[in-house]
Amino acid sequence: MAVSGLIMVGYLILHMYGNLRAFSGPDAFNEYAHHLRTFGEPMLPHEGLLWIVRVVLLGAVLLHAYAAITLWRRNKKAAGYVGGKRYQTKQNRTGIQRSYASFTMRWGGVTIALFIVFHILNLTTNDIHPGGASDTAYGKLHNSFEHFWVLLAYTVALIAVGFHLWHGFWSAFTTLGQNYSAKRRDSFWNSAAIVVAVVITAGFLAPPFAIYFFGLGG
Amino acid sequence: MNITVRVWRQKNADDKGRMVTYGVENVSEHMSFLEMLDVLNEQLTLSGDDPIAFDHDCREGICGMCGVVINGIAHGPEVTTTCQLHMRSFEDGAVIDVEPWRAGAFPVVKDLVVDRSSFDRIIQAGGYISAPTGSAPDAHAVPVPKDDADHAFDAATCIGCGACVAACPNGSGMLFTAAKITHLGLLPQGQPERESRVIGMVEQHDHEGFGGCTNIGECTSACPKGIPLDTIAQLNRDLLGALAHGKA
Ligand code: HEM
Ligand code: SF4
Ligand code: FES
Repeated sequence: MAVSGLIMVGYLILHMYGNLRAFSGPDAFNEYAHHLRTFGEPMLPHEGLLWIVRVVLLGAVLLHAYAAITLWRRNKKAAGYVGGKRYQTKQNRTGIQRSYASFTMRWGGVTIALFIVFHILNLTTNDIHPGGASDTAYGKLHNSFEHFWVLLAYTVALIAVGFHLWHGFWSAFTTLGQNYSAKRRDSFWNSAAIVVAVVITAGFLAPPFAIYFFGLGG
Repeated sequence: MNITVRVWRQKNADDKGRMVTYGVENVSEHMSFLEMLDVLNEQLTLSGDDPIAFDHDCREGICGMCGVVINGIAHGPEVTTTCQLHMRSFEDGAVIDVEPWRAGAFPVVKDLVVDRSSFDRIIQAGGYISAPTGSAPDAHAVPVPKDDADHAFDAATCIGCGACVAACPNGSGMLFTAAKITHLGLLPQGQPERESRVIGMVEQHDHEGFGGCTNIGECTSACPKGIPLDTIAQLNRDLLGALAHGKA
């Protein structure tokens, strides 16, 4: 869970950095997209690096989902449910201190997985092309984000990612033995997780919002 | 004060069980929660009903026997054991729900009593040091840095009550296991068996059917002894180290 999750976080940071190129204009963005494909040539074939990244990421996603489902099942059994419920009382259903983020790890993760499928069909293969298909990276982006529902879908998904990372990033470092604070809120990794979650959510949402509201790039 | 309690009644391990409502009158706010149950049991006995089975022993917060879930919280609204919880923590007229610990590894024996021997087997799998016994050695025979001694002592205060498991949404026994790993791992006497201990105890923990930790933190908030959450990171550190040395 921890290692596959952190590989994805590393990718998200690079991906977000790439997306922010949109603010340098369509040409810079298209050139960046082109560059990704020619990176390492002639040592690597065309799109060589891209495919290496894709394979590693797919491996990480599958491993993460497999581990999550295994853990989910095991923990459901371990919690000792009686007739669909653990405790019959209606009081304190949300525990003493649980965060919304920790509650939504499982279904939030499923939401993110569905979003990834939509996202690839939308901006990589362009099979879903609201506002018309396009050959350029910027064109796909621009045509999509002129539509409110696309903006809304990405916003919901990125907020889900933010929550997932808030708990996940902190949790991963504790799993790896790196928490030295008696209370979670005093932990360096809890603060780091909040920063990572906020930066990634805001960083990814900036270009789409700029396109929809301020007509970034015409 | 007059209160209403809804208690989980279950005749035996095979019975399905259900919540049953009882009224208890003239409860003193100075009574402990267990004393309130004693009063209720006298009432039940007089009316010819089966008294409610609940575990307890020391009634002074050190044996760890008395755990029940009160209003959805392990050991109830205060950070203490059920025997040290007083009725003044509740309002007059309150409706109080009392249920047994819920965990696959803690099967219900009767009413509020669960079988926690899975914890004993985790301790047997490595929660000890192998040293000749005899008269107590001089306290300064083996020097221990003050910081380590303090942390080890904090971890050693675990009373094995199981509130951490009952509170954990994953039914994980990591806090209990980590308390012992931290306690013994910080002391010189614990070093020879440090790696085999963490492997053995974690294997037994998983084998008993406890869940996997996802670092939620309900355990430490419910723990009557305030075992801190970083003990779990310490366990993970020891475990990764032992695995890296091929000790599995
Ligand atoms: C395929 C969709 C996904 C599912 C079903 C999923 C589900 C889960 C679950 C159940 C956990 C463990 C629960 C917990 O720690 O409380 C988890 C942890 C985590 N997830 Fe995801 N997730 C998904 C996608 C992602 C993505 C896209 C990222 C990164 C951007 C990510 C990053 C993390 C991290 C860092 C952890 C912490 C690992 C640990 O505690 O050891 N996850 N995920
Ligand atoms: S860690 Fe705390 S809650 Fe868990 S068994 Fe020990 S004393 Fe009880
Ligand atoms: S009866 Fe011993 S701790 Fe409560």
